[in-house]
Amino acid sequence: MAAITTQSLVKEYPGGVRGVDEMDVTINDGEFFALLGPSGCGKTTLLRTIAGLEETTSGTISIGNRDVTDLNPGDRGVSMVFQDYALFPHMNVEDNIAYPMRVRKVAKEARHKVAHETGSGLALDGLMARRPNQLSGGQQQRVALARAVATRPDVLLLDEPLSNLDARLRLEARTFLKELQRDLGVTTVFVTHDQAEALALADRIAVMKSGKLQQLGTPREVFRRPSNTFVAGFIGSNPMNLVTTTLGTGTIRIGEQEIPLPSSLADLPGLDAGRSIVWGVRPEYLQLSEDPLDVSLTGEVTVVENLGASCLVSVLVGDTRLQVVVSEDDEPAPGTKVWVTASERHSLLFDTETTERITP
Amino acid sequence: MSQVADPLVATPGSRKGTGRRPVRHDDVAGLGKLRAGFFVAPALALVGLFLVFPAVWTAYLGMTNYKLTGLSAKAPDFVGLKNFTDTLTDPAFHESLKLTLVFVLFSGILGQSLLGFAAAWVLRTTNKVVKSLIEFLVLLAWIIPSSVVSFLWVALLDRGDGTLNAILGTQGTSWLTEYPMQSIILFNIWIGTAFSMLLFSSALASVPPSQMESARMVGANTWQVLRDIVLPHIRGHILTNTLLITLWTFNTFTPYLLTAGGPNHRSEILPVYIYKVAIAGGHLGVGAAISLIMLLINLVIAAVYLRVLRERK
Amino acid sequence: MTTTQTPVSAPGARPDVTSLPRRIRSNRSVMHYVGSVLKALMCALMLAFFALPLLWLATAPFDSAPSLSLAWPEWTLKNFKVLIDNPYALRSLANSIILALGVTVIVLVFGSIASYALSRVRIPGRDTLLYALLLLSSIVTGTAAMVPTFQLMNQLGLIDSQLGVILVMAAGVMPTVIFILKDFMDSVPRSYEESARLAGAGPLRILIDVVVPIARPGLATIAVWAVVQVWGNFLIPYILLRSPDKQPAAVVMYTFYTEGGQPNLALISTFSLLFSVPVVAMYFFVNRKFGFRFHGGIKS
Repeated sequence: MAAITTQSLVKEYPGGVRGVDEMDVTINDGEFFALLGPSGCGKTTLLRTIAGLEETTSGTISIGNRDVTDLNPGDRGVSMVFQDYALFPHMNVEDNIAYPMRVRKVAKEARHKVAHETGSGLALDGLMARRPNQLSGGQQQRVALARAVATRPDVLLLDEPLSNLDARLRLEARTFLKELQRDLGVTTVFVTHDQAEALALADRIAVMKSGKLQQLGTPREVFRRPSNTFVAGFIGSNPMNLVTTTLGTGTIRIGEQEIPLPSSLADLPGLDAGRSIVWGVRPEYLQLSEDPLDVSLTGEVTVVENLGASCLVSVLVGDTRLQVVVSEDDEPAPGTKVWVTASERHSLLFDTETTERITP
Repeated sequence: MSQVADPLVATPGSRKGTGRRPVRHDDVAGLGKLRAGFFVAPALALVGLFLVFPAVWTAYLGMTNYKLTGLSAKAPDFVGLKNFTDTLTDPAFHESLKLTLVFVLFSGILGQSLLGFAAAWVLRTTNKVVKSLIEFLVLLAWIIPSSVVSFLWVALLDRGDGTLNAILGTQGTSWLTEYPMQSIILFNIWIGTAFSMLLFSSALASVPPSQMESARMVGANTWQVLRDIVLPHIRGHILTNTLLITLWTFNTFTPYLLTAGGPNHRSEILPVYIYKVAIAGGHLGVGAAISLIMLLINLVIAAVYLRVLRERK
Repeated sequence: MTTTQTPVSAPGARPDVTSLPRRIRSNRSVMHYVGSVLKALMCALMLAFFALPLLWLATAPFDSAPSLSLAWPEWTLKNFKVLIDNPYALRSLANSIILALGVTVIVLVFGSIASYALSRVRIPGRDTLLYALLLLSSIVTGTAAMVPTFQLMNQLGLIDSQLGVILVMAAGVMPTVIFILKDFMDSVPRSYEESARLAGAGPLRILIDVVVPIARPGLATIAVWAVVQVWGNFLIPYILLRSPDKQPAAVVMYTFYTEGGQPNLALISTFSLLFSVPVVAMYFFVNRKFGFRFHGGIKS
């Protein structure tokens, strides 16, 4: 078991494109850590650089208290589950799980014993003699996991571990994965483009964009306190309402209407009337009422999307479209005039220029 | 093999202190250029010694009056480019080159490629039994040793008892002397179609069915589907196939087993011509010179091919 | 009646929208019919063209009086007796096997490690080198370089040696082997190798444990190709081998003439059959096991 630290890590591709740009991250011992971002953000490159499959351009990586920057992938004490699982098609399940031990010259009996133990821990009993193409997607994933953990690695790396499963199986596998990680207590880094997956699984999440770290924090932190508009827009099943607007005197202008500035911001310098800002609030933190309310915005319902137990309501306030999640019982009809209140605690302000969060 | 291998296997930490090499994304096994060089070396050494070296030697021989027998067999004189100028002005060479071009065009480019493509295209949707039978026969023609094949064709085309005469009721027609070029062209198509067929059937399998289906949906006929969807998709395969078939047909010696270049030089394609000049006639220097000219023609063919391929990219 | 009138008059009034699909459909079915006939014709012609020359090989060996003509044989196996009695016939088949195996092992081992390296590492001038060698091999293995090859082998003391023949033929087919194998290697998914690499395997180990087993259909295809090339090659063993007891079948076959100078058809037909059977059997085996195809191979 070991922590992972990267210092000023840079991975530059021929042509000068930086896949990973000046990355300083410490992943704690035993932590379940997510690398999250849209495709091409460098998350997979970072994972592969930690694995040693990509050579670093500059900076260092250490695992435990060992500098592994120049070590071969096989000497780093890491193992990895690939997105397509990369199970060797010509070996049966048992040989697949035992392969890393075979390379490390573990005696045949010993390695098959470990393979069987690991296999039963992952509910693979009775499948040991099968070939990968005779297994279901979920079984293949468990074999890949077994192969990765059988050698008791210091670090487990998972590249999009759930993306090859169909939607229903994915949720099952997610719970299973979290349980497995907790039981093994191994430092685990996984890459995903699915924010829900990251929120559900990870102890901490690193959100990346264009090779740069955007925010590092617990799921709760990145959800409630996104550090910039990119993170705010990326996290959350229903994207955050982000309205570019200006301040009034102690108020935020939304079209012709105004709502008061959250009291927590009252004392901050520089929030003068006329300043351009981005106002952000999650659809889940907006309240909707069909009766007039104080300190609220009024508008008209345009579209209602059913989400099952709740629905996503689009409300046109002047020229601004706001989305609100309401419970299924309160579903308004399109065309209804409604009043929208923002919870003060969950109203965030971002700087228009830097996109950084202003709200502390 | 393990002797070659051992020093190549990286020991833990062996890369330490060697500095960081720029890495390509495709070098997934961590070979590195040096080790890749070691991997390529044995094959390259073999090819260099037994293929490239004789070829270079041929170039040298082409500038001597080296003969199989007689005085110049012992001590050949350097004659410079005389062999080349002699060859290039020799009507026999012109005739042979013309025959070779006809042979390559009809037997290789048109015959094998078109028949191979047609077979691959038709068999795609033919019932399984017919398909495997035809594939088997086509491959059989290619697999059976050429010395056997030539006997089979002699039996087929024989003047007296030949199967073809029996079927067509043309007893007494000596196909090999009356139609020598047509005979070796068909003979070579028969032998070589398998390669094009295999290559094109794998090429056709790579065309996304959805693209063909959407063309059909808007009412395209077979010809339009071929022209607009299939051919653009497999252009690379077509070029590769054409190059290999052209080169192989250009250099094949097998027709010699059928007609021996005769009658009266009427099927004397270049490889046969070289054989007759160099081995039968004993003029090794001249033969080498002709070989070199052939190599140059091959180079031109390959250059044209590479150019077309590059334009595509 | 008035209600039916509108639809009846409609086709005349407007450009006939309703009958248009029908015309296409009937057109289609005619085309389809013509297509099926053409397809059947094409299949029949191909069957005839490729089967006809082969028939002799199936009948003559079993005919008590084999001739060049194709006829229902008077069944007998006595021709095989003639074959067994010939001192060189079976021996030469064994020699062919030795040559074919030798060449195949060499090109598979050296060819696969070379093509793997060429597939995974960008060596400068790689493509040019491949094309140049391919070009050279297609011409040099023919008649062109016979004399220098003979002289070279003479110098190396490899005249009348099967090893010499194996080396020359292996060099001859190697460029094509590498050219085609490289395409197979290119199509092996990279994550397998990365997975093995994370397990601590070195490049050669990865090649043997992972890449070779996955590329097996490609290797089998190329092995068949190489064996076919060697099996039928007449020129190289003819020039480089002196002793009749070392010569392969392709060379020995040309010695089967009767005293009168006529081809000994009893011997030639049976020998032809026996000479063809091993390669055909090998094709069957590979085809059943892997499917004889250029799997994803030869793209570019």
